[in-house]
Amino acid sequence: MMVTDDRLAAAWQVLDGVLDPEVPAVSVRDLGIVRDVRERSAEAGGGLEVVLTPTYSGCPATEAIEASVVAALVEAGLGPVAVTLQRSPAWTTDWITEEGRRRLRDYGIAPPTGRVADGAQPIQLVGRAAARFDAAVRRAPAVVACPRCGDANTERLSAYGSTACKALYRCLACREPFEYFKPL
Amino acid sequence: MTASIQLNRTPRVDYLLRIGDTCLILAQRLSEWCGHAPILEEDIAMTNTALDLIGQARAVLTLAGRIEGQGFDEDQLAFLRDERDFLNPTLVELPRGDFAFTVLRNAMVATFLKLLWTRLEHSTDGELSGIAAKAVKEARYHQTHAFDWVVRLGDGTAESAERCRTALADLWRFTPELFEDDAVDRAVSADGFGTAWSSLQADWTAEMEGLMAEAGLTVPAPLVFRSTGRVGRHTEHMGFLLATMQHLQRSYPGAVW
Repeated sequence: MMVTDDRLAAAWQVLDGVLDPEVPAVSVRDLGIVRDVRERSAEAGGGLEVVLTPTYSGCPATEAIEASVVAALVEAGLGPVAVTLQRSPAWTTDWITEEGRRRLRDYGIAPPTGRVADGAQPIQLVGRAAARFDAAVRRAPAVVACPRCGDANTERLSAYGSTACKALYRCLACREPFEYFKPL
Repeated sequence: MTASIQLNRTPRVDYLLRIGDTCLILAQRLSEWCGHAPILEEDIAMTNTALDLIGQARAVLTLAGRIEGQGFDEDQLAFLRDERDFLNPTLVELPRGDFAFTVLRNAMVATFLKLLWTRLEHSTDGELSGIAAKAVKEARYHQTHAFDWVVRLGDGTAESAERCRTALADLWRFTPELFEDDAVDRAVSADGFGTAWSSLQADWTAEMEGLMAEAGLTVPAPLVFRSTGRVGRHTEHMGFLLATMQHLQRSYPGAVW
């Protein structure tokens, strides 16, 4: 049997290969949802414990991710494996790694812009109303660059997209529609 | 077969049910737009919002079940309680109405929940503060989206503005209930578990007044009427909603797939 450090390192490596079922370009590690991997005490049943943080409250992929994490680690001979969900601190798109952002872009999804850090995203109104709305509560819309041609001249088509974490955009330079991973 | 469950009610359990049921019942109403929204983008927006709310309801009801102590899970709490044991404010159970009614109610509830989650981030209960830290970001996004639409419709065509005015008149009288304190609010705010809903009223009113001004709508005069959903006395609409929502688990108890 491998010593603990080797087992944990091997486990992290396996998690590098476990992809998000909704965005199969990035791994669960890239997304930043793996908070910890640790050995469980013999009294608790032994084996490994993987601590995951859910992305969105209602993300239907959470259960699929739990199952694929367990399956991958067991297949790599690192079982038994238990998954613990930890809500606090809450996941933020700031935790997506640089590598994850690059992979998202290569996959055709614009990664979240900026850092949400404190999470405060002031109310933002669009259209002619926005011109008159109190500037104190309005924020200049973030520039979302096209993941295909890199042009910053893009427009939002829909605040919601194919999954809860994405919005729909269109590039006005190359005319291609694309998805944007919303900062949260 | 009636498989209704009976809960041991304490202030903490009631407080959590009020929040969880608010999310759950509004999500049920929003999900009714699936396949019926005026444009595809809004079909997706309403159902995605519903999905976030169901996620929040799941987390809060799970916590309520744990604190209640008989071992009920989120599904049992959602599908096996009787109407009188649902503690959502009446506002969220009203039929979905037209799109103006829907986005205006979404604006009211999202603003309320955003303010509530902001306070609950400081709950003395670690699980509740964790749920709140996640949910507040989702509520902000819902609020932005709903505000966009209220302004677009209120400041839009003669017909869209008229529909907004009608929706506002229909909805406004159900909002005072959100800020009526009772023994539940007092108990949970005394020990830092929760925050009294009345403490959110000033901020909520200020944000709604800002929205109304921008949308060209007039805030209605205060009313004496108080709805009573938070104490389990619901409108005639609630039974129909539950009949739809609970049908499967009531007809086939314990069904899974």
